Amino acid sequence: MARALYIHWPFCLKKCPYCDFNSHVRDGVDTGRWQAALIADMRHEAALAGGEPLHSIFFGGGTPSLMPPSLVAALLAEAERLWGFAPDIEITLEANPSSVEAAKFASLALAGVNRVSLGLQALDDASLQFLGRLHDAAEGLAALEVAQRHFARVSFDLIYARPGQQADAWEAELRGALAYGTGHLSLYQLTIEPNTRFATDVRQGSFTPLDDDPAADLFTLTRQITAEAGIPAYEISNHARPGQESRHNRTYWRYQDYCGIGPGAHGRRGGSATLRHRKPENWIEAVERNGHGLREERSLPATEQASEALLMGLRLNEGVDLASFERRFGLSRLQMIDSRKRDLHQQLGLVWVDGARIGITAEGMPLLDALLADLVCENLVSA
Amino acid sequence: MTDLARIRNFSIIAHIDHGKSTLADRLIQFTGGLTDREMSDQVLDNMDIERERGITIKAQTVRLSYKAKDGQTYELNLMDTPGHVDFAYEVSRSLAACEGALLVVDAAQGVEAQTLANVYQSIEHDHEIVPVINKIDLPAAEPEKVRAEIEDIIGIDASEAVLASAKSGIGIEDILEAVVAKIPPPNGDRDAPLKAMLVDSWYDPYLGVVILVRVIDGVIRKGLNVKFMQGGTDHLVDRVGCFTPKRTDLPEIGPGEIGFITAQIKEVEQARVGDTITTVKGGATEALVGYKEVQPVVFCGMFPVDAADFEKLRESIAKLRLNDASFSFEMESSAALGFGFRCGFLGLLHLEIIQERLSREYDLDLITTAPSVVYRIQLGKSRNDDAREIMLHNPADYPDPSRIELIEEPWIKAVIYTPDEYLGSILKLCQDRRGIQTDLTYVGGRAQATYELPLNEVVFDFYDRLKSISRGYASFDYEQIGLREGDLVKMNILVNNEPVDALSMIVHRSVAEARGRHMCERLKDLIPRHLFKIPIQAAIGGKVVARETIAALRKDVTAKCYGGDISRKKKLLDKQKKGKARMREYGNVSIPQEAFIAALRMGDE
Ligand SMILES: Nc1nc2c(ncn2[C@@H]2O[C@H](COP(=O)(O)OP(=O)(O)OP(=O)(O)O)[C@@H](O)[C@H]2O)c(=O)[nH]1
Ligand SMILES: C[S@@+](CC[C@H](N)C(=O)[O-])C[C@H]1O[C@@H](n2cnc3c(N)ncnc32)[C@H](O)[C@@H]1O
Ligand code: SF4
Ligand SMILES: [Mg+2]
Repeated sequence: MARALYIHWPFCLKKCPYCDFNSHVRDGVDTGRWQAALIADMRHEAALAGGEPLHSIFFGGGTPSLMPPSLVAALLAEAERLWGFAPDIEITLEANPSSVEAAKFASLALAGVNRVSLGLQALDDASLQFLGRLHDAAEGLAALEVAQRHFARVSFDLIYARPGQQADAWEAELRGALAYGTGHLSLYQLTIEPNTRFATDVRQGSFTPLDDDPAADLFTLTRQITAEAGIPAYEISNHARPGQESRHNRTYWRYQDYCGIGPGAHGRRGGSATLRHRKPENWIEAVERNGHGLREERSLPATEQASEALLMGLRLNEGVDLASFERRFGLSRLQMIDSRKRDLHQQLGLVWVDGARIGITAEGMPLLDALLADLVCENLVSA
Repeated sequence: MTDLARIRNFSIIAHIDHGKSTLADRLIQFTGGLTDREMSDQVLDNMDIERERGITIKAQTVRLSYKAKDGQTYELNLMDTPGHVDFAYEVSRSLAACEGALLVVDAAQGVEAQTLANVYQSIEHDHEIVPVINKIDLPAAEPEKVRAEIEDIIGIDASEAVLASAKSGIGIEDILEAVVAKIPPPNGDRDAPLKAMLVDSWYDPYLGVVILVRVIDGVIRKGLNVKFMQGGTDHLVDRVGCFTPKRTDLPEIGPGEIGFITAQIKEVEQARVGDTITTVKGGATEALVGYKEVQPVVFCGMFPVDAADFEKLRESIAKLRLNDASFSFEMESSAALGFGFRCGFLGLLHLEIIQERLSREYDLDLITTAPSVVYRIQLGKSRNDDAREIMLHNPADYPDPSRIELIEEPWIKAVIYTPDEYLGSILKLCQDRRGIQTDLTYVGGRAQATYELPLNEVVFDFYDRLKSISRGYASFDYEQIGLREGDLVKMNILVNNEPVDALSMIVHRSVAEARGRHMCERLKDLIPRHLFKIPIQAAIGGKVVARETIAALRKDVTAKCYGGDISRKKKLLDKQKKGKARMREYGNVSIPQEAFIAALRMGDE
């Protein structure tokens, strides 16, 4: 039974040069048509994974703050009708910090949204321009201020480890960000993703990404400063004051079930992985034809589920409980974690073990992918 | 049957890339062996690897029918040969089956080392040599200068050398006319007992073992019982034919002719090249002079990346050998690499080609160890062993140094031929490789340096260095001149304090440190950073002669989550895991296979 619902809104005003999310620029989106399709897709999921009230809903994108508040309200009403809401439900919406969107915050709050995640990305104009953003620093901060007025919980995103970024510059920027006193922060190191404008720029030598060594230093610095400020990392890139963690995202990391609707949305329910048509046009036609936007639904073998649970769970500071994984996947600890490598990395101070729990230390976090490649047993990885 | 007077047998010889195979194309086309539609570039280079690298590895024989200007139709048996020194034995076999040779010289490059080596062989066979100056279409062509070179350096009359462009089809008819006019027809007696030379043999998936023969006397036809005089086996001939270059069946092969036979032979081993074929009844009593046996000179270990592929490797090597009797193999086991084979080759290109064919044609992932040569070691008496002599093919078998009384290594005589502007650097290279100069001469803007060199310095990366120093202009030819004593030691490479047996090598003490440093530096770049720092050392016995450190990895993490898209991260993990499966682990360090190969091929920087 899924208690988390993800809704994807795939449209943006402009494609950012670093972004490889499922986001598209389109004129004249027919919101009526989209509302009907999203509701149909939602009903399909509720019929398969309903029964328990929802704990969290997440509007992700793309740019969901471009949705008319009435559409958000309609979707929330339908979700509540289908599943019911837990009393303390967390309803997050990703918002771009422009003045137009800030003007919608009041009605979005009225519609039921109680948490926003704001894409500030940087706090100075030059960096925002480099990142190809439509807002400038002042507009972003104004939007943040409006958000803090309307929503009980506000988070914002920054992209750091930008080309040439020095430790002191980042430290100043981060301290500036902390001063706004939000309960949550997502601090992502810039990643050059294939098939983005930045990937081309790098190939053509327009700029050089920051090297891994200084990037690792920035990562450590970030963890240190946020911890001192009382908003420590609880995941690789996510920081929260105690109790302010994103409940929705933690559902993914703890590998619990979630429904995903809308173009390209992923879901996990009852041991199956679901994936919806990625391209907006394909998705909406599929929904209108079939009553749902599913492109693929595949039941995952226990081994694959275990590898997913490990690679998501070890992103969290809290690590994973292997005893519960044993019960859940019917595999022994030794079948999931390579004990020789675990010992080696424990000695190196990159991994901690506490009874049945295993996790990654602060030193290990920036090396997580390499650690996973060592720790996760061969037989869990699909051929 | 063809009248002896109307047969011409000739090889096309040249230095590598001077255009032999392209010329063969034009000759085939001109005489109508293939239509334009059937034609492709270097049509005789039919192995994938030949086509890809644009070089000939195996000699090929084609029969052409040519109506000459004198009105007569001639049977021409053309043998296209490889130019690279590693395959020189293919040339010598072909030459033995002919009465003449087309000597192709590139009009821009002029005479080079293999031009000389091949032409001298041809002269030894008393061949009539028809010089062809090729590639006259090139802007850099200097046909008159090359003509003079041929006369000065080789000492043959080049006044009537044909000026040609195999590429543009210039001079082709002149070449054919020169072949008819200058190359003598073969001799032979149709009524004498059968005497045929076994020129080549290979395995064909449809026909089984195919044998290329040159009949000297008598006739071979289907149904004949033949005897291989050296091998001592009898066989029933079941097919007789030639290649035009399409396979064509014939009623017989008469004296002076070249063609193929099949005779229900199970193993290529039974059809040894150089053997004499005669009839079982009333056969010849005296065999022809055979070929010199080729000896492998470079050895390396080949191991499957995946130990489960060992059987497949064994079968594949055995199958490959059916078509290439010039390499040898025996089983070997390595602490780190598991079971594999120690293989012997004619040279480094030969090694590379076999390795590539195994991985490509047989879909095998291989780890190849450092090439080495064969050492002769005198062992002193020990408590439970007598004094004795061993031949060391594999550094891993290097004995306890305290027992070694004498080590000898093979030496070669190398002839290097170069435009003189590169001479200085080449002489330095030879000195660095412990070379001893025995001769140095100049002819026109070119120099010929003769050196005695230890073969182990040559297998290392000599050829690559020579080519890069001279921008590809220097050429090089060598022959073995026997064993000499040397101060040789075994150098181990330790990664994270564990010796990597596949990287150990035998080196001369005077170059050990430099070699060790180079290897450590190379590995430092080739081994990916790990989660801990990794010392890399080169050591002789307990003594470390070089050392590098690979710093620990600092960052390797996926920063952000794509909604609930786990599959993306899982794909990454799968990829990393698969990468690991292709690695070998030493002291917790995963060394990618590519690192082995690249470290061992130290020349190309
Ligand atoms: N311009 C020009 N290029 C030529 C001519 N003949 C051959 N080539 C080119 O030279 C290169 C080598 O030609 P091949 O015919 O493969 O040479 P080869 O002598 O058979 O080489 P190996 O068999 O490897 O020794 C090819 O790229 C040909 O296209 C020519 O007359 N003119
Ligand atoms: C779905 S995206 C953005 C949502 C919203 N449209 C916005 O741009 O503000 C979520 C976050 O991922 C981060 N992100 C996207 N691409 C990234 C990249 N290549 N490197 C680092 N962070 C990235 C950005 O901080 C972004 O706000
Ligand atoms: S970063 Fe946000 S606004 Fe930019 S293209 Fe991606 S989803 Fe759209
Ligand atoms: Mg050729």
